[in-house]
Order: sequence, then C-alpha cells, then structure tokens
Amino acid sequence: MGAAEETMEQGNGTPHDELATEQYLTFIMDNEEYGVDILAVQEIRGWEEATPVPNTAPHLRGVINLRGTIVPIIDLRLRFNIEAIEYGEATVVVVLKIKTDKGHRTMGIIVDAISDVYDVPIEDVKNTGMGDNANVRFIKGLVTVKKRMVILLELEKLLTIDD
Amino acid sequence: MAKILAVDDSASMRQMVTFTLKGAGHEVLEASDGVQALGIAKTQPMDLVLSDVNMPNMDGIELCRNLRQLPSYKFTPILMLTTESAGDKKTEGKAAGATGWIVKPFNPDQLLTTIKKVLG
Amino acid sequence: MSVDLSQFHQVFFEESYEGLDAMENGLLNMDMDDIDSEVINTIFRSAHSIKGGAGTFGFNQITGFTHVVETVLDEIRGGDRKMDQSLLDILLASVDCLRGLLQDLQSGDEPEMDTANELKAKFEAILSGQTEGSAPSSNGASDSGNSQSGNEDQNGSTPDGGGEGWFIRFIPEPQLLQSGNEPVRMFRQLEEVSEGKMDVKVFHDKMPTLSAMNPEHCYLSWEITIKKNVDRAQIDEVFEWVIDDAEVHIEPLVGTTLTEEPAPASPAEVEKPSDLVTSAAKEKVPEKADTKAAKKPPSSPQTQESSSIRVSIDKVDSLINMVGELVITQSMLGQLGQNFDISRIQRLQEGLAQLEHNTRELQESVMKIRMMPISFVFSRFPRLVRDTSRILNKKIELVMSGESTELDKTVMEKIGDPLVHLIRNSMDHGIETPDKRVANGKSETGTVKLTAYHQSGNIVIEIKDDGAGLNKEKILSKAIENGLITEDQTLTDEQVHDLIFQPGFSTADQVSDLSGRGVGMDVVRRNISALNGTVEVESFPGKGSSFIIRLPLTLAILDGQLVSVGDQTFIFPLVSIVESIQLEGRDLNNVGGYSDVLLLRDEYVPIIPLSGTFNLNVESKTLEESIIVVVETEGEKIGVVVDELMGQQQVVIKSLEENYKRIEGISGATILGDGTVALIIDISGLAKMAGVSIKHLDASTIAA
Repeated sequence: MGAAEETMEQGNGTPHDELATEQYLTFIMDNEEYGVDILAVQEIRGWEEATPVPNTAPHLRGVINLRGTIVPIIDLRLRFNIEAIEYGEATVVVVLKIKTDKGHRTMGIIVDAISDVYDVPIEDVKNTGMGDNANVRFIKGLVTVKKRMVILLELEKLLTIDD
Repeated sequence: MAKILAVDDSASMRQMVTFTLKGAGHEVLEASDGVQALGIAKTQPMDLVLSDVNMPNMDGIELCRNLRQLPSYKFTPILMLTTESAGDKKTEGKAAGATGWIVKPFNPDQLLTTIKKVLG
Repeated sequence: MSVDLSQFHQVFFEESYEGLDAMENGLLNMDMDDIDSEVINTIFRSAHSIKGGAGTFGFNQITGFTHVVETVLDEIRGGDRKMDQSLLDILLASVDCLRGLLQDLQSGDEPEMDTANELKAKFEAILSGQTEGSAPSSNGASDSGNSQSGNEDQNGSTPDGGGEGWFIRFIPEPQLLQSGNEPVRMFRQLEEVSEGKMDVKVFHDKMPTLSAMNPEHCYLSWEITIKKNVDRAQIDEVFEWVIDDAEVHIEPLVGTTLTEEPAPASPAEVEKPSDLVTSAAKEKVPEKADTKAAKKPPSSPQTQESSSIRVSIDKVDSLINMVGELVITQSMLGQLGQNFDISRIQRLQEGLAQLEHNTRELQESVMKIRMMPISFVFSRFPRLVRDTSRILNKKIELVMSGESTELDKTVMEKIGDPLVHLIRNSMDHGIETPDKRVANGKSETGTVKLTAYHQSGNIVIEIKDDGAGLNKEKILSKAIENGLITEDQTLTDEQVHDLIFQPGFSTADQVSDLSGRGVGMDVVRRNISALNGTVEVESFPGKGSSFIIRLPLTLAILDGQLVSVGDQTFIFPLVSIVESIQLEGRDLNNVGGYSDVLLLRDEYVPIIPLSGTFNLNVESKTLEESIIVVVETEGEKIGVVVDELMGQQQVVIKSLEENYKRIEGISGATILGDGTVALIIDISGLAKMAGVSIKHLDASTIAA
C-alpha cells in the first residue's frame, strides 16, 4: 500500500511510466551482460561441486543439495555454446525459482560474475529478432542501460527446456 | 484455583474440557481411561474428578468406586460425563459414589456452571 | 467465557474415523452366535464417543443418527437383542454412512442425510418392533433437547411457576457427604438463584451425642424458603444430584406476603447459609448467569482441510533421542568455543561433523514421520470383499500380507481408489461363481491375495486372484467392437491384456452393481501413472490373474547400499541386492560378442558395467579389481560392476523430477551424511538401458 502511494506521488504526471518497470539482476558472461527478473532470484551462492547426472547434456553440471531439495545446476556458458572457462573466485551460482504449471521449479545457473541491479522500464525492452540462433529462444529482449546492452533472459524457457 | 482430573477416552472431549477448565484458571490433569486416572489420583489429591462413563480398561463407574476407596477421595466431588439416555448409568454412578453428573452434550459454559456447584 | 469449539473439530474427526474403523473391524470379526463382550463394548464405545463428540461440537446430524445406532448396540451389549446378519448389514452400512457424514462436515459441506434417515428409520423400526420396553427412553433425546432437570416428578402436579416462591424441606441421608455433595454449596447455589431472597432454617434434632457421632455423617436437616418467583427447574437442578440421598420436598409458596420486599429482617432462627456449616463459602460470586450459549463462529467452512498425521510413539521417541544428541553436540561445541585455541581445531572439526550428522539424522527422521504402514489403506478391504462377494453371490476370501510396508502418506491417500477398483474387478471378473469353480475342480471359495512389499525402491502392490484369468477372446471381441483394434490385427498375449487399460474398454456383460460406477481400468492406470507408477497384468487361463502395481517412493525411506565408481557415489536399493562378489579369476563368458556373462553357480548372469552404461567419465578399476553387485529385478539377476562397496544406510528418496526430469536408470536422489547428493539406481531401468534382454538369455544361447 505504502509503496504504491509513494510511486503515485513520485510519478505524479506520468504514473504509468513509473509503474511499468521491472527489476533485473545482471551478471557477466563472456563480456556480455545478462539480466534475470530479480523476483525469480532465490539466492546467489558460490560454486560448489555438484553430483553429475548420467547421460545428460554437458551443460547440466549436476545436482546439488539446496537445504534438502535436489537442485540441478546449469553452466550457462555451455548452455549458450560459449567456450567453457575454469571456475574462479567470482564464479557464482544464481539460484532461480519460477512458477510452472506443475508448481515450482528451482534451478541454479553458473555465471562468470554478478554485475548489478537495474530498474528497467518495460517499454524500453526491445525484441531481438536475431534470426534463429538456438539461444534466441532463451532471450526475452534487449535493453540498453547506461549505454550498455543487457540481454534479458526468458527464464520459463531457460529452466524448462533441456535438450 | 482448583486442581481437576479430566478422564475421557475421546481426545477431542478431553481437549475441550481441559481447554475450558484451564481457560477458567484451573489446573487440569488428563487421563484417557480409568486405570490411568486411578494411577494419577493415587499420587496426588484432586479438588474434582470429571470422568466419562464409557471407557476402555476401566470405565467411569469402576473408577468412581475405586476412588471412593482411597482415603483422600472420600469427599472429593466426582462428576460423571454422561448422556441423557443413560438413565441407569446415573443411578449406577450414584451407587458407585459419584457426586453428580454433567449431561452430554454440554458446552464450555455449561461445564463451568456445573463445576461451580461442587468447587470451593 | 466463550470457547471456539472449532479448534477441536479436527481431533474429533480423526478420532471419529478411528472409532468407525474400530467399529467396522469389530463388526466384521464378530462371531454372531457368541459375541465377545470386549468386542461389542469397543463397538458400542466408539459409537458412543462419536455421538458425544458430535453433540458437543454441534454436529446434530451425526448425534441424531448415532443415537439410534448406539441404542441398538446398547441392547446387543446388554444381551437384550440378538445379533443377526441383517442387523450386521445395517450396522455396517451405518458405519459407512457416518463416515460419509463426517467427511461432508469436515469439508464444510452440508451433510447428505438421505441414507442416514433411511437407516435411522430402519433402526427405529427394529427398536419399536421387538423390545418395547427400551424404546421410550430414547425418544426425546435424539435432538439436542438437553433438558437438564432431573424430573424426578415427586410433586408432579406443580407446574413451573412457583407463584410467589418455594418452600423446600431437605433431609439428607447421613451418607450424603460421602458422595462428594456438600449442602453448603447447594445453599450457595440456591442463594444465587434466589438472588439472596432466601431464608434457611436448620434442624439438629437428629444430632447424636458426641461419642456416638460419626464425623463423616450428616445429621442436620434444613427448611429453606425462597421468596422469589424462580423456575422450579432451577431448584430441581440444585437438588438433582442428591435426590436419591435425601428427602427433598419442594412446594410452592402460597398466600404469604411476598410483597414485603426487604427480605429477611432475620428472625433468630434464620441463619445465613454461609455461617452455618463452614465459612468457606463466603465469596458469593454474583455472576450474571452467563449461559449465553457459546456462540461459535459459523464453523469455519474452510475448504482447505488442514490434514494431520498420527505418528507412532516409536518415531517420536527416536526424534526425541536425536534432539537429545543434538543438544549434547551443541553443548560440546559451546564448551569448545569458550577457550578455543588453534590446537583444538581437530576437535572443532569433529564436533561440527557430529553436528551435521545429528542435524541430518533429525531431518531424515522428520521425513520418516510421513511414512505410514499401508495397512491404513488395506484395512478397508476386508469389508469391501465381504460386501462385494455378497452382492455377487460368490465366496471369496481375502488374504493380505505386507500390511506393515511403509509408504508416504500422500501416495497412500491416492492409491486407495485404484486398489478398490482392482479388487472389485478381481472379484467381479476374475473369481468364478461357486458352482462354476466346483465344476472346474477348484475349491468353492475363491481367493484374492493382496500383497505389498518394497522392491528396487518401489512399493509393489499385487492383487492376485485364483479365478478364471482374463478371457482373451472376450477382450478381443470387445476391443474390436469398440474400435480399439481391427479384426486382422494379431496381438501377443501381453498386448491383449493391455487392452483392458484402454479408455472406453469395459467387459462387464451387464451393468452390475460394481461396474455401474463409470470408472474403467483406464482411470486406474491413469491414477497410478499420476503417481509415477505402473500397473501391469498377468493372466493364466483357468488359474487366475494378477495386477501388479509399482509405485515409486518419492518421499520414502530406502535401505541403501552405497557404492563408488571412480569418485562418484551411487546407491543400490538393498532389497534388490542378492550378493556382491569379486571377480577374482572367475570366468566371464562373452555372448554374441556384446555382453559379458558370469556363471554364478548354476545361473548365467549378464554383467553391466555401471560406468559404461551411465557414460561416467571416470577412472574406474579394471574388471578384475572390481566388485560385482548381483541384483535381482523382475525375477532375473544381473551383475552390476562397481569399484567399491561403501556403507549401508537408510536414505530418504528425493525427487530429481521436481526440479529437473526423469533420468533413465535413476530412481531418485538422496542426500548423504556429508550433505552431498547421491543418485539412487533404478535396477530395472538400468537393465533396460544396458540392453540386456535377460529373458532370452538362457543356457542354450550361451553354449552356442
């Protein structure tokens, strides 16, 4: 309630612009900046060894125990067919949780490093239309923040498609 | 406030009785049958015993009879929780030494009103 | 004081369901000619408690109905009524009916009273028909009339109104006090009722000499005048409990001048009751009669029924033990922390490991609480079989085993209906009529065997009958008729059997009582699939058929054997392990150049290397140094090659699918003592992956 009022007051003349923003957590991978809906972020943790799962795609690094639930961990570089690197100090796992028609789904993605949190006005998000690159299906859109391009990820697809 | 022993094999009844009595500031001990109740009664005096009639192992009538044998329970009020239809149970209960009865179903208010008759 | 009674409803429902189970059990096991008093008492008590609770918690629909049930049971218990088959049937039907009513109430629905009213009418007919004597007492009580006055009716002519007041003569028996009744308290109550407008006169003419006096006896008697127009019932209530232990005369006060309001200008002989026997009765609590019937909020028709679980004391005890250990570890760590220096790092590490271990154990035990023996589901089947066989005019015996096999509560709740359907199906379509059986040289009585056990991380439930087996021709013609297959299709036996699980398939010749429910085998299969389970059928013409249900134990506990391959740990379900051997120069035969086979005593066992099948990218040992874990799946043995055997432990099975997907050859995952994840092997899946067609592998192929 309070928050809504505040927004209204601030926005004053143009309340709609103020309301129509989304917050994104961004991270760096191969010098590109990617963003995920911050509401989906459960936690950010350091990389720890995962238990490999037989006969699965290489990007599935395995499963970990997240407070009693088995959570798969995806290496986003491998998922996007970017050259793999050694995991280092900055390597983190972003644990994401999304709603699906069967309930919730929790997964971790391994990224090079966390970058920032941005408020992104929805209307600024541009559709990609970058042809049929296999990675495009995981991309919700592009947005320019502080003159940098940020690739916003489509989590529903990223977390459910496994091929 | 009074120390009351509530005896009933039905957990819901026991909970209701206990909750009500505790709410009125009494100390309540629970037993789920006559045997258990007698065991508790032997170790400590009570100001009042509330007992269901139909229970496994030892029923309320038998419990009453046994309690009256205990010197410290000679005059202790013992109320039977009984159903209206069980007229002969009332007589049986009286014969066994029960003070009186509370007719089921009763609500918390009725329970408190009734026990006031025998406490203090 | 108003108490929200709805907080006790859940407990009431649960104990009532238990009570109904007990009634059902008792009724089913009852020897009608020689009724065990303990059995009938238990049945009676259950009905009685349900009635009492229902009345207390305001479920009058239940009270009214249970009352007649109870009355009948009471007569049986007292030996006034003989138990017979028809009575037994009505009683069993009442159990079902009550269960339904309770379920309606629990989910906040208005209960469906038609059946109850029908049954009630039957009971009333029974009650009025035979034993006239016992009926009247039951009449008024059925609804919450609750007229408390112990209408002893001595002065029957007196109506309620006392006109100007009441005159009471109260002459107790000497033993009055020994019933726990105390005149002082009674007078205090009268004082309250009359709001103080009361005179009490005491008589001590019967008081013996001091030496002859028994201090435990009451020698006094009283005359009480109440100068207020109160209800007779209120007076009766005060004396309700002593009516048998005293002479009580109550007369209306007439003629006297009631107008002189300022009541007792105390004549000498009038004493205040409180001064009379003891002074303990001083506090007179001028409470406004607070009998505003505890208004409970509209019994919270919450659709979300909060479910609860009953846990055996053993499990709770083991939890308490673990918490105890946890506390010890914690205090050990606490001490360590007080004067810590680096030399004690070793102890700290041990302590932390211990802490982790404790916590983990605790976690697992808490998970185990969800596990319940399948008897919770099985227990309703004796009844089902009994009733159904009567409807079908067949003689059927139910044999159950493995009732203590545990499975998760959620799975249990969902498997009940499919099982009911399969059992009905076996009885309806499987078991033949008695004369047909005799004609076929079988015993008159058919048998349905219900078995549960754990196998390869699954719960397996088998429903096996010794009936006629599936009728292949009938199935085929029906399938053709329903357009499921075409006439020219040739099918294997298995494929034919599988047809019965197809949607739109039903073989019932006529819509019987059983098949009229509109539920087919396809629904059974779908429900089981929804639990990630499978159902198969095996049939032997003339000998019977079995339905085999396999359910994963998503949350279940498994006794596991930990093994390692390279740096990875896997878990085998202990139940499926036959033995573990080292190869040590034993001969491996090579079959058709693709599979290794080990001759183990008289059997040839195909060998599957785990690292190969799972494409594990690990350094594993040579076959010579390895361990072969011989496991059994679907009646066949396979040998799985691993590096080493590690410990055995109970593990909690966790789902991989919840956040990921199903993996072939893996039934789930678990969390080990060190917090890492280990995968649990699905033996039959593994065998399939390895392409070991076990069944075709017999000695003759190998010899070739």
